[in-house]
Amino acid sequence: MSIDPTQDYFTLFGLPRQYALDEGALEAAWHELQSQVHPDRYAHLPDVDKRRSMQWATRVNEGFRILKKPLARAQYLLELAGVDTALETNTVMSPEFLMEQMEWREAVEEARAAGEVDELEQLHHRLQTHAREVRSDLALQLDEAHDYTAAADTVRRLMFIDKLQQEIDEALLALEE
Amino acid sequence: MALLQIAEPGMSAEPHKHRLAVGIDLGTTNSLVATVRNGIAVCLADETGRTMLPSVVRYRADGSIEVGHKAMAAQATDARNTIVSVKRFMGRGLKDVAHVETMPYDFEDTAGMVRLRTVQGVKSPVEVSAEILRTLRKRAEASLGGELVGAVITVPAYFDDAQRQATKDAARLAGLPVLRLLNEPTAAAVAYGLDNAAEGVYAVYDLGGGTFDLSILKLSRGVFEVLSTNGDAALGGDDFDHRLFCWILDKAGVAPPSLEDARRLQMKAREAKELLSVCEEATVHVHLSSGEEVDLVVTRDEFADMTRHLVQKTLGPVRKALRDAGLAADEVKGVVMVGGATRMPHIQHAIAEFFGQEPLTNLDPDKVVALGAAMQANVLAGNRRDEDDWLLLDVIPLSLGLETMGGLTEKVIPRNSTLPIARAQEFTTFKDGQTAMAFHVVQGERELVTDCRSLARFELRGIPPMVAGAARIRVSFQVDADGLLSVAAREMSSGVEASVLVKPSYGLTDDEIAGMLKSGVEHAGDDMLARALREQQVEGERVIEATEQAIAKDGALLSADERATIEQSIATLRELCSGKDHRAIKSGIDALARATDGFAARRMDNSIRSALAGHKVDEFEV
Repeated sequence: MSIDPTQDYFTLFGLPRQYALDEGALEAAWHELQSQVHPDRYAHLPDVDKRRSMQWATRVNEGFRILKKPLARAQYLLELAGVDTALETNTVMSPEFLMEQMEWREAVEEARAAGEVDELEQLHHRLQTHAREVRSDLALQLDEAHDYTAAADTVRRLMFIDKLQQEIDEALLALEE
Repeated sequence: MALLQIAEPGMSAEPHKHRLAVGIDLGTTNSLVATVRNGIAVCLADETGRTMLPSVVRYRADGSIEVGHKAMAAQATDARNTIVSVKRFMGRGLKDVAHVETMPYDFEDTAGMVRLRTVQGVKSPVEVSAEILRTLRKRAEASLGGELVGAVITVPAYFDDAQRQATKDAARLAGLPVLRLLNEPTAAAVAYGLDNAAEGVYAVYDLGGGTFDLSILKLSRGVFEVLSTNGDAALGGDDFDHRLFCWILDKAGVAPPSLEDARRLQMKAREAKELLSVCEEATVHVHLSSGEEVDLVVTRDEFADMTRHLVQKTLGPVRKALRDAGLAADEVKGVVMVGGATRMPHIQHAIAEFFGQEPLTNLDPDKVVALGAAMQANVLAGNRRDEDDWLLLDVIPLSLGLETMGGLTEKVIPRNSTLPIARAQEFTTFKDGQTAMAFHVVQGERELVTDCRSLARFELRGIPPMVAGAARIRVSFQVDADGLLSVAAREMSSGVEASVLVKPSYGLTDDEIAGMLKSGVEHAGDDMLARALREQQVEGERVIEATEQAIAKDGALLSADERATIEQSIATLRELCSGKDHRAIKSGIDALARATDGFAARRMDNSIRSALAGHKVDEFEV
């Protein structure tokens, strides 16, 4: 792939390297880039062009996915800043946070076992509100305070929340079937 | 009769000639072929003026093959050799196919895809589908008066990798270059959206003969972005026929019918179903070969009652697609109805109730998919005009993953990811000194591997012996714009790259396809070499034309040396194209591709830079 490895996704999409995001600008840049590189524009051309188009379009989609999702975007910013957010190498979480996580998890398990769809949906909404609060902390840490150590900790908390949200969604899906 | 035009020797008739391309809706019950003529998409008719080709193939004892109406007329008298609804078998094993017990075929339950024993031997569903595609290809070539550059073939959005690959293989057997496999609801959205200048979020409810899809799309300024898709690859109008057929048997109290009688009753059930979309009641009157007589009346309400569960079954995927898109039903601006089965009034009522608005039925639900496919084929073939500035961003319908310890699925690419997409995952060894690793690629949403579809198994060999957990094996998944997966694996820590052999669990091997191609060609009395030569010549001319256009546009990006090398390669290839050796032409094409590799890269980088520059200017103007 002859893609410039030093070019990060923010540069590729013509966006400032920060957590706060203009979603409209991201989407417009995504459409603009795909209209240049998408395989549909190269379907009548030789294989070498088709192959390169697929590689570029793949990279553009990957960049869009990472920049669009708050958690992935924060992780990517930390990665660019050289901060490791991997859970395996950094498992020291505050006891309060772990306690809170256990409570959430128990509530989800109980609702799931009892088949209470309404309760699960309520948990889903409460967790969403909670995630919004945590994300506004993250915005301050990344864009204002530039405190990457604190931001890495917040990212790990968001990863727990994300996982939990997925479990709730899966439980809801399983109950429907 | 129109006069045939002949160009002056050595002169091309038109310098920028229109490339012939078609869109094909390869349906469960009917198939269509369409093209863009003078800027308008039209379905092509056969010599008697009919556009719909029944997806029915009959293998006759004398070695001939009938496709379409003629084959359909024989389905009650020669049921075993007359294959209907073959799409249900594509990329499927026998255990995956519903209602096999009432089907009149002689199945061969081999590992992988099911096969059918006919009077002309064992046939794969891919071969049967290829007969339908070949018929449509010939119709198009006769109607358009030339060889096709390629076709866009539509597939249900919810088709998995095995079903898509089977469809592509069928096109290859039919001698039809595939420009793209396009999802049916997306094709419909293109036709609807462009005709109505639609903007906003739309749902496409596509109930065909044997498949159901629901796609949610966001249409904005020429971009058709699929937000989510869901469906049931084994639910369609056929199931409504089958339910009515069972009801008739039950109500008439006749003995279990023969294969031929069963087929006759199924045809009557379908006719009655179609009649009930316009009338309040329908009569079913059949004389069976057993001497028994069936004489029944079925009302619209009775039919709605007996098939209510099938309508309900479509609403599950509708809810899931909305949830994946993060939308509520009332946020959808319009619901486009596609597929002949959506003519049933009780389906339209159920959809109106669910979305709180009347569905859009102002287009022909039988033709809209083929018309959208033709529009897309036209631009993919290189006939794009300035006003054809649209872009389709489609998704993968089902998650892709790998089997891990304990028979669990590890998802590598989640469903509803925008295509094309690549993702890699790292794995390590379980035992000290382990030198090989077996991978199992699966598709589906369930946690257990046994509940997902097995796509392929492969082994990575030649891992250097290390302690358990030290090796780092990176498995990369790439899904292309057709929704087709390719997998590669390599060991990272030692830098050793080992080769990977992917064995498709439900597909055909390249050898099998080569064998079918050979027998198919012999059967048609065609000359395979002539065809191969023609294909390479067309490809060679295409590559030369594309390269010359690129030089004319971006020649400034080339050094004098590079330019000379490329021009030399073009001259060589042009010389080869006028010869008779298809292999030499192929190597000339490859040589030109190598010579232009760096140039192609710079051109693409450049177009991206200018895209971004344009974007930034817009921002400053605000």
